[in-house]
Amino acid sequence: MSTDRKNERRQDYNRPPMGGGRGRGGGWGRPGFGPVEKPKDFKGSWGQIIRYLGAEKVVITFTALLAVASTVLGVLGPRVLGTATDEIFQGLLRMPGGGSINFSRVGNIMLIMICLHAFNIIFNYVQGFIMAGVSMRITYRLRNEISNKIHRLPFKYFDKTSHGDVLSRITNDVDTLSGTLNQGMGQLLMSATAVIGILIMMITISPLLTLVAMMILPASGIIMRFIVKRSQKYFQQQQKSLGELNGHIEEMFTSHAIVKSFGGEKASVEAFDVHNKELYSCGWKANFLSGLMMPIIGFVGNMGYVAIVVIGGAMAVSGSISVGMIQAFIQYTRQFGHPVSQLAGVAAVLQQTAAAAERVFAFLNEEEESPEAANPVAHEHIKGSVEFENIKFGYNQETPVIHSFNAKVQPGQKIAIVGHTGAGKTTIVKLLMRFYDVNSGEIKVDGANIQDYTRDGLRSHFGMVLQDTWLFNGTIEENIRYGRLTATGEEVRNAARAAQAHHFIQSFPESYHMEINEEADNISAGQKQLLTIARTILSDPDILILDEATSNVDTRTELLIQQAMDNLMKGRTSFVIAHRLSTIRSADLILVMKDGDIVEQGNHETLLSNDGVYSRLYNSQFDAVEA
Amino acid sequence: MRKLMKYLKPYWPGVLLIVLLLLGQARAELMLPNLMADIVNDGVVYAAEHGVYRTEFILRTGGIMLFFALLAGTASITAGYISPRIAAGVARTIRRDVFTKVESFSQAEFDKFSSASLITRCTNDVAQVQMLANIFARTLLYAPILGLGAIFMAVNRAVHMSWIIALAVIVLVGTVALVTVIVMPKFKLIQELVDKLNKVSREILHGLMVIRAFGTRGHEVKRFDKTNHDLASMSLFVGRVMAVTGPAITLVMGGTQVLVIWIGAHHVADSGLTIGDMMAFMQYSMQVIISFMMISFVMVMVPRAQVSAARIAEVLSTEVSIVDPATPQEFDKNNPGKGEVVFQDVCFKYPNAEANALDGISFTAKPGQTTAIIGATGAGKTTIAQLILRFYDVSEGKITVDCLNIKDVRQAELRRKIGYVPQKGQLLSGSIESNILYGKYATEGAVPAMPKKQWGGGEQRRGKPDEVSGSVGRNLAPTENSGEHYKQHRETPAAPQPTDETLLQAAKIAQAMEFIEEKDDKFLSEISQGGTNVSGGQRQRLSIARALAINPEIILFDDSFSALDFQTDANLRRALREHTAQATVIVIAQRVGTIMNAEEIIVLDKGKIVGRGNHQQLLETCPEYKEIAVSQNMANGQGEVQ
Repeated sequence: MSTDRKNERRQDYNRPPMGGGRGRGGGWGRPGFGPVEKPKDFKGSWGQIIRYLGAEKVVITFTALLAVASTVLGVLGPRVLGTATDEIFQGLLRMPGGGSINFSRVGNIMLIMICLHAFNIIFNYVQGFIMAGVSMRITYRLRNEISNKIHRLPFKYFDKTSHGDVLSRITNDVDTLSGTLNQGMGQLLMSATAVIGILIMMITISPLLTLVAMMILPASGIIMRFIVKRSQKYFQQQQKSLGELNGHIEEMFTSHAIVKSFGGEKASVEAFDVHNKELYSCGWKANFLSGLMMPIIGFVGNMGYVAIVVIGGAMAVSGSISVGMIQAFIQYTRQFGHPVSQLAGVAAVLQQTAAAAERVFAFLNEEEESPEAANPVAHEHIKGSVEFENIKFGYNQETPVIHSFNAKVQPGQKIAIVGHTGAGKTTIVKLLMRFYDVNSGEIKVDGANIQDYTRDGLRSHFGMVLQDTWLFNGTIEENIRYGRLTATGEEVRNAARAAQAHHFIQSFPESYHMEINEEADNISAGQKQLLTIARTILSDPDILILDEATSNVDTRTELLIQQAMDNLMKGRTSFVIAHRLSTIRSADLILVMKDGDIVEQGNHETLLSNDGVYSRLYNSQFDAVEA
Repeated sequence: MRKLMKYLKPYWPGVLLIVLLLLGQARAELMLPNLMADIVNDGVVYAAEHGVYRTEFILRTGGIMLFFALLAGTASITAGYISPRIAAGVARTIRRDVFTKVESFSQAEFDKFSSASLITRCTNDVAQVQMLANIFARTLLYAPILGLGAIFMAVNRAVHMSWIIALAVIVLVGTVALVTVIVMPKFKLIQELVDKLNKVSREILHGLMVIRAFGTRGHEVKRFDKTNHDLASMSLFVGRVMAVTGPAITLVMGGTQVLVIWIGAHHVADSGLTIGDMMAFMQYSMQVIISFMMISFVMVMVPRAQVSAARIAEVLSTEVSIVDPATPQEFDKNNPGKGEVVFQDVCFKYPNAEANALDGISFTAKPGQTTAIIGATGAGKTTIAQLILRFYDVSEGKITVDCLNIKDVRQAELRRKIGYVPQKGQLLSGSIESNILYGKYATEGAVPAMPKKQWGGGEQRRGKPDEVSGSVGRNLAPTENSGEHYKQHRETPAAPQPTDETLLQAAKIAQAMEFIEEKDDKFLSEISQGGTNVSGGQRQRLSIARALAINPEIILFDDSFSALDFQTDANLRRALREHTAQATVIVIAQRVGTIMNAEEIIVLDKGKIVGRGNHQQLLETCPEYKEIAVSQNMANGQGEVQ
């Protein structure tokens, strides 16, 4: 748990946080600063995204048309406005001769303007409205598919993938994807249309002025490239020293007790200063260089503005261009930069999106659990005999941990699994529950291979109380009812009584309705264990799997747990990961595990007389206390 | 926010300069439309009316425009050179102050904030403030200057049309305000829903085994779907409201243009306005609108930074509950104490707790003896360790070490005497050597606490004059009488010289040599943060070695043997007895097996001492002890790695 959280937090340094990120409302960010994550297969990922869009493609095409239309209307605006200025100018020239401005023509132009803007606004909003829906539907669908996928993946997958990794796919990666769909695609189209449209307008107004204006573009391009190159170096350095600094902060704060008890505060501050200094020096440089962008582009833009005013003015004097068109032209040059810089950032956004999509689709395409049996065995209840026949198993194929294991368990027997921590005691449990499939051999329950049951069918016969108590953020009642979702309130309370939990639950402020908080730390470890026992009692299993370890539980609670477990085991086949001598002694069969393998089996007396691993274990552990 | 303003103080000349530069930039930039109007009025219109070409006038005006453009660019670049330095400088100082402050915190302050929260405050929150400082000059300061300047210029050109600008600004600000008011609280909700989605997902991932065991997949899918659905529909709503902003800006800009032309045309007809002025007015009003847009976009970031600033200020203004005394007493240097620890009627209550965690605790841990403390979880065992280390101060009674109240000596003095082995065997990133010698180096302040790669190429780091106090070298050749040397340095802590002997000795006693020798890089093998790349047992042995390496007078084990197998545990305790015969050993344990040979065992129950004596005595006299002993069993390792 704690390592997961750490991972997540670490990732946060480098990834935009959800919600406030680029996706929603933030625009596209400046192009090219900082390293961009690159996908492995750019085309393939986008192909997958497009295929995934499915029927939405029609809607997206429609909104694309709207976006183009709205941009075209927007591009027409300055030009039309220019004709109005010209009208006024003409009227002005007529004034010495008693003439005046032709207001009905100006009025007509204004009406056209109003219509242009009105349609522009409507198209633009409808486009945004629909795309918001599309991207939300896709986000919703993707997340649900990931959620479904989690339940179909084998545990093998989660052995090699951290929870933080899966979580970041659910949140960050899907968010990046939906952000690009929501805003990016529309903006991409609009920018492209705007660039082409503005260019056409400019050329038709004056090819000469267009030439002048276009000289600005490469100039800004070269400057931009130069700055980006320079600043990228510093941005990477900044990222690096920020990572080091944050790493130091995190380590020192989580190890505060160590630092204090060994008097390491001073050394810690000194190390901090080194990183902080580095961060300062590359930080301000990176920001200065990236901050240069705006003034320089502004300056180049102003130069262009001056050039156009002067040349345009000269042309107007000679009558080869009208005043209104100069005005329109100035507006076009002012507008041109924005879509161009957005287009410049497109590559980075597309790559980022492809990288995110790659991770999401890779997860969705992971190999799933083997399919269920075609004609599954199904029983309401089973007797509870279990046979292990020549079991061979390894978490990966190369290194088997169980080489050859045979055992026969009669209904109602008690089996104790003993061994050191890390000896692999839970491996047997995981095989029985079919969390993992054996490499070879067969496990039979009531005479049928467990692979001939459906997984849920098989597991419905088992009840499991593990040391790692899993409770969720909900009321106590909900947590107990988890064992059988259809149970009534009275059944829940009976189960709690049988689990010796009723008493302490009643002492809580809201009794059964008390909320277990997110960290599940408002009840004690022992109480948690009792709740999980109650949950298992409620599920009324035929075969039990119990983990007896009661570390971090005070002696009295431990007695309660012991009693509850004894209640539970009555009349059922039970597998107990045993720690208590009384359990081990009274077991019908003891499986002794060492380094992942079952090295001995038999009952207490036979094993003790074997003088093997068990007897050594037994003597080393018990002489101390029983002396 | 205001509290952090003082960090700007040292930079006031820079800030003043920036303001002046921005004023200059705005002034220069706003001259351009004005001059354009001149070209139109006195060049183009003049030519059309009088048939005289004033090319020279146009070129001259163009030259002036170029000059102003250059001026604006220079001012803006200069301001852009100064402001990131100030922003980064302010952030650096804040970050350092926060970090130093937190390093001085005692455990009580850590409990109050939680270390995760302190990390965020020192990293993300400072970054937020720095970001705001960065955009401050670029936008927050400049946009209003430019906007106000543009209004001034526009009104100067055509005062009777100024209402158009007012209208545009009102509509713009109104729309932005409306969208913000609708969307902002929803943003918060979205963040909460994202957290919830994360929480549900995390719960599912952690509980996968239980979910599959109970076959409740459908239930979990539904649970996820509900949160997912809530999040999607909330995001959809926000997305659709936010989609208003783009068209709204088009509306304001387009509307302004139409109004300027329509109204302007009438004024031109009345000869109240020249056509050049009308064009200039239009450009100024666009500039006003853009300024206000920039301001409102940036304003969205301000509340976030404000929250961060408040969180930082909270850390900085927290009073540290444990501070060194003004006139500290000193342990007798010439006659080094033996490390006797005495609790006298100690009561302790955690801050904000209702009941005492420890109540009337009195005992003496004598040098050369092992004093064990045993009890169930929650009995207050670890609290005793934390009190000895003075991570908390006692509420009542007193603790003395070598007859001095630990409140009367400097914390560093006290802790230098104690070799503390924490429960989890927490290690720091670096090498095996840097971890074992951490206590040595740390107190000398010579080597950064996070050596990482520096152990390979860190000589230059150590060589920096401002970091070296006293010469430290791990490559010092072991002198022949290194054992002697070792002892001497204990007695004269002013010039400690850790030698390889210290390292080897500590590792040997801690039974760590065996696995260290197996590693390729031996003592220089890398240790990742928290020591996650070595096993739990190895971690514990290394942290025992770390405590031994400072040759402590008091060794404090907080349940430190739980991950060791029986053989190692026994060897270790034998070696400890041999090599630390003079030291005061305090062992906190849950397992009876670990402490049954201690000279004195103290049994704690719910913060009170319920029994003391040796193992045999307690079995007979103390029912709580017997209960623990009887219930203990094969629980080896207390469920470390499953």
